Amino acid sequence: MDILSNLALGFSVALSPYTLMLAIIGCFLGTIIGALPGLGPSNGVAILIPITFTLGLDATAALVLMTSVYYGAMYGGRISSILLNIPGDEPALMTTLDGYPMAKAGRAGDALVLSGVASFVGAFLATIGLMLLAPILARVAFLFGPAEYFALYLLAFCTLGGMASNNQAKSAIAACIGLGIAMIGVDSSSGLPRLTGGNLHLFDGIDFLVAIVGLFAIAEVFFFIENHGKGSAIGVVLDKVRIPWKDIMSTKWTMLRASLVGFIAGVLPGAGASLGSFMAYMSEKSIAGEKGGFGTGVPKGVAAPEAGNNSAAGGALVPMLTLGVPGSGTTAVLLALLMTLNITPGPTLFRENPDVVWGLIASLLIANIVLLLMNVPMVKIFVKILTVPAWVLLPGVTMISFVGIYSLSGSYFDLLLMIGFGVLGYFLRKLDVPTVPVILGILLGGNMEDALRRAMTLSDGDPSYLFSSWIAIGLWVAAFAGFIAPMFLRNILKKPQAVTD
Amino acid sequence: MASDRIFGLITLITAVAYIAAATQIQTNLFSGQFLPKLFPYLIGAVAALSSLVLIFKPDPNPEWPQSPTWINMAIAVAVLSVYAVLITPLGFILPTMFAAGIISYQISPNIKNAVLSGIGLSLLLFVLFKFALGLGNIVAYKIPTLASLWDALTILIPFVGGH
Repeated sequence: MDILSNLALGFSVALSPYTLMLAIIGCFLGTIIGALPGLGPSNGVAILIPITFTLGLDATAALVLMTSVYYGAMYGGRISSILLNIPGDEPALMTTLDGYPMAKAGRAGDALVLSGVASFVGAFLATIGLMLLAPILARVAFLFGPAEYFALYLLAFCTLGGMASNNQAKSAIAACIGLGIAMIGVDSSSGLPRLTGGNLHLFDGIDFLVAIVGLFAIAEVFFFIENHGKGSAIGVVLDKVRIPWKDIMSTKWTMLRASLVGFIAGVLPGAGASLGSFMAYMSEKSIAGEKGGFGTGVPKGVAAPEAGNNSAAGGALVPMLTLGVPGSGTTAVLLALLMTLNITPGPTLFRENPDVVWGLIASLLIANIVLLLMNVPMVKIFVKILTVPAWVLLPGVTMISFVGIYSLSGSYFDLLLMIGFGVLGYFLRKLDVPTVPVILGILLGGNMEDALRRAMTLSDGDPSYLFSSWIAIGLWVAAFAGFIAPMFLRNILKKPQAVTD
Repeated sequence: MASDRIFGLITLITAVAYIAAATQIQTNLFSGQFLPKLFPYLIGAVAALSSLVLIFKPDPNPEWPQSPTWINMAIAVAVLSVYAVLITPLGFILPTMFAAGIISYQISPNIKNAVLSGIGLSLLLFVLFKFALGLGNIVAYKIPTLASLWDALTILIPFVGGH
């Protein structure tokens, strides 16, 4: 009954007309952001954070708005996957495998509505899972001392590195770039600057928002300059949109199973939505067997990754809220949002700010329902948005990024730094180095170092203290397994190739 | 192959430089002698090790763009950098018009579209940010003095400007 009274508290926060309006605006904006090719949930949310910040919204309002954008972008991502065969971000890749063939077979409308329903089921179940699991995990998290936290951060980097990249060395380098950047600035214990090279602008450290917007949004501009904005024309026709009841009923078990698989993948720190949609698709594919026809445009192949993807997105909020360790790129960006709002995620969040946590959960439920209602009748409007040409979209995104960062500090230095991160992001992505560990490193570096230093202070410099409890040892083992295992599994679990025309 | 080796070499040099810089970190009584340096050392060590792995076990080369594209991207970086320093002395609209127009032209070389998106985006975004969202520190235009323009542009020249 605890949950019900908490939920009532949440809805009392989130159900005011003002926050409802924010939720609707957020869902609408988010779906557009997700649908636009080249803009995914991560960079969409990243661009909007500085603007939300300068708008002076209070914590709950900002959270409602941004989580609506987040969920909206997850929904919207499927539109470009299905119609253009362009995934908005990595987790949407699996949706192209069956979504695009289905659209080419003249069932674009069915695929869009079905994937919308699957997204709803996945996200809804994940939010319920979040409600049940998060308070329990928050209680376990009280057992965590500095040694456990250090191991936990390590686990996040290792699993993320193992999953996100094809080359472990590259993801380790990416994490080190982020962590290394996080060290820059005035050291909190001595009050002396570290690694600033004497540059006064660096004394405050490098703002993670600058890095996020640079790596995600500005880097995209260079990719578009390289491709001259090609590959953004709709090749399939969307005629009348109706609700395909038959497909929805026939995929109900697929959706439920995929939601469960996705949720579990999402809860693992660092693994996130990509793993969720991948596991959901692969498990359904093996259940259906050869006769299932996965990859040729079957409804189950659309429903499974979408349910898994959205469920993982919800699951990723569990470690983010209870432990402060995000499970995916976008939750890393949401963590950045919480930090800008001066809310520190962690076990104490549930005790000290129950209105924020439960308001967030309630707004997730609201956003979900708004999105389902919005997406089925309005899908044609969102499809229209795909026709916005790249030559106006990308300059627009660039300028919004500039204004956002400029409004934070009003300093040219952050803008130049952002351009620098954009160039870095271009080269990293070209070289197949994942950029999410960089972001995560910048975000978590301070906390991770803090945990290590406290552990060293407590134990008087004895490294064996880091392995002094069973929780810590378990986390270390999991971290190594998460880093090493993908090397061996890579040959067995081959990622299916995207469909080509 | 070569791309990864070069990247590995760059990160290796950076990692070594990072460790060297970390040895110079100042400490005092509150922080202890070693703790402020410990984590930077670890980061540098992991990065150096991973760089070595990359140098000895590189992946195949990515498809790099042709040289005209490189020039295009260098122009884009230059335009954005100039935009970044001019937004303070010149105000929002004029620099945005040029920056947005040039980026637009680089994505799709069509003068008419570029001019339209430059003018349209700068005005539209200004109205959106200033009046709909109420962002305070954006100014429509400013009449610059020669000195303020010079100050702004020297920021981009290493070791000359920037305060």
